[in-house]
Amino acid sequence: MGYCANTPEEIREMLAVIGAGSVEELFAPIPAELRAKSFDLPAGISEFELMQVMRGKAAAGGADVVPFIGGGIYDHIIPAAVDHLSGRAEFYTAYTPYQPECSQGTLQALFEYQTAICRLTGMEASNASLYDGGTAVAEAALMAMRITGRSKVVLDASVNPLHREVLSGYLARLAEVPQVAPKGCDSDLTRLMASIDGDTAAVIVQNPNFFGSVADLAALAAKAHELGALLIVSLYPIAAGLVKSPGEMGADIVIGDGQSLGNPVSFGGPYFGFITTRKRFIRNLPGRIVGETVDKNGKRGYVLTLQAREQHIKRQKATSNICSNQGLCALRGLIFLSALGKDGFAELASLNHDKAEYAKSLLAKIKGVSVVNAGATFNEFTVSLPGNAAQVVEKLLASGVAAGVPAGGYYPGMENALVVTVTEKRTKAEIDRLATLLEDALCN
Amino acid sequence: MALYFTKEHEWVKLEGSQATVGISDHAAHELGDITFVELPQIGKTVKQFDTLAGIESVKAASDIYSPVSGKVAEVNATLEDTPEVVNESAEDAGWICKLDGVNSAELANLMDAAAYAEFLKGLE
Repeated sequence: MGYCANTPEEIREMLAVIGAGSVEELFAPIPAELRAKSFDLPAGISEFELMQVMRGKAAAGGADVVPFIGGGIYDHIIPAAVDHLSGRAEFYTAYTPYQPECSQGTLQALFEYQTAICRLTGMEASNASLYDGGTAVAEAALMAMRITGRSKVVLDASVNPLHREVLSGYLARLAEVPQVAPKGCDSDLTRLMASIDGDTAAVIVQNPNFFGSVADLAALAAKAHELGALLIVSLYPIAAGLVKSPGEMGADIVIGDGQSLGNPVSFGGPYFGFITTRKRFIRNLPGRIVGETVDKNGKRGYVLTLQAREQHIKRQKATSNICSNQGLCALRGLIFLSALGKDGFAELASLNHDKAEYAKSLLAKIKGVSVVNAGATFNEFTVSLPGNAAQVVEKLLASGVAAGVPAGGYYPGMENALVVTVTEKRTKAEIDRLATLLEDALCN
Repeated sequence: MALYFTKEHEWVKLEGSQATVGISDHAAHELGDITFVELPQIGKTVKQFDTLAGIESVKAASDIYSPVSGKVAEVNATLEDTPEVVNESAEDAGWICKLDGVNSAELANLMDAAAYAEFLKGLE
């Protein structure tokens, strides 16, 4: 973000227009307990000095740690083109535009984003993005309830725990949400199928799941459809370069967090969510949709389409109250995908898988460590340690390596399980170091 | 059997205990080019004047209210792909759905064609 200083004169002018006496008065309506006590920043230093201060804070906060952490947000390469193009003034806004006459560039970019996300998920229709992966799960569940007129949602407990929490918040008073515990680290497809009945709007799974296990969901899709329910699949988009797409497996709604596509890891965002579906469900999609059309001279152009679904026309009967979205983050996703191309994207996915397999084989050799996933994994897998995983992670942090996500914080009884992620950015030397450090930590 | 109309511009035609429901020519004209008809679920039970279906045009998104009580027996599936049939033939080929178990006594709450024509004059 640019460093914009305001002169005291400018601040006075702005306050005068607003009618506030001081900056303090401007923020006074925010309750004191919700306001930052201190930003812990020195007052009045130069841009250069400020950068030094901030770099120091970033380093102290762990920015230099080698991450093997995933759990929904992933450390991937970001081609320079992503920052450069998304930073252009013509694009630099988070909002989808209503006025096609002055927004053709942004609308075209979002139209292409929708095309890319449809191809990635193997589906027919996408909206122009959602807030994040968690709200995408919730919007998909609400959409399935609208389509089926039913109010029971079967949830695989190996869906990201944070996303499940968002879903519970949304559905608390709207639906019954039975959860099906995983078998070890794998989604229990047999019990998921048995939990679907004639009142079920949808069954929600994640592929790969929170523990990294990949599953073939075709039989689950068939069972859901037999009972008039929909299959919702949460997808880690990078995995789509290698794993069969949810569309091919019969999913009706595919959602996920788009962060891994060109958006840097940061403390909670901003990221973006995506949602795609079958053409016949397009009117039940939440949020904005960009469509292609022709102008009065027959030239190709882009507009926001199917707006009658939205709240400014349909009021309380709108499909969703999503209004602004994550246009800028979605644009980064599109530029990322375009820069890699179809072959590059597949190669990226293979690299993730191969490096993770290498790490898996190294860690499995350590005494007392075993891989818990029964079947295939992508770039994330779960190991069982001979002791408490959270304590081991703490130990390794001191050596500059974040070994993974301890599962016990989300799954009581799994305190010894560690979810390890290996993206294309991890070098052989870093993976070797993880194995050595882990072995040392467990022996001592 | 004659058509009966609501103040919300729906029509109903009763044959035995089955009713065919649609929107009036006047409503279709006022809405302009119809782009989507949200058909009701078969099996859905509605009371007279409850929301039955939805309709979207280039101008507006509106609810369609049920002129009589009943249970949805059939929907006009041709409207899924060709909603413009409602513009072309609102009071015939552009019917929305059929309701079963309808009580003819409820027609007393509606207008016949002549009364509806008078009602429309009053709106001008």
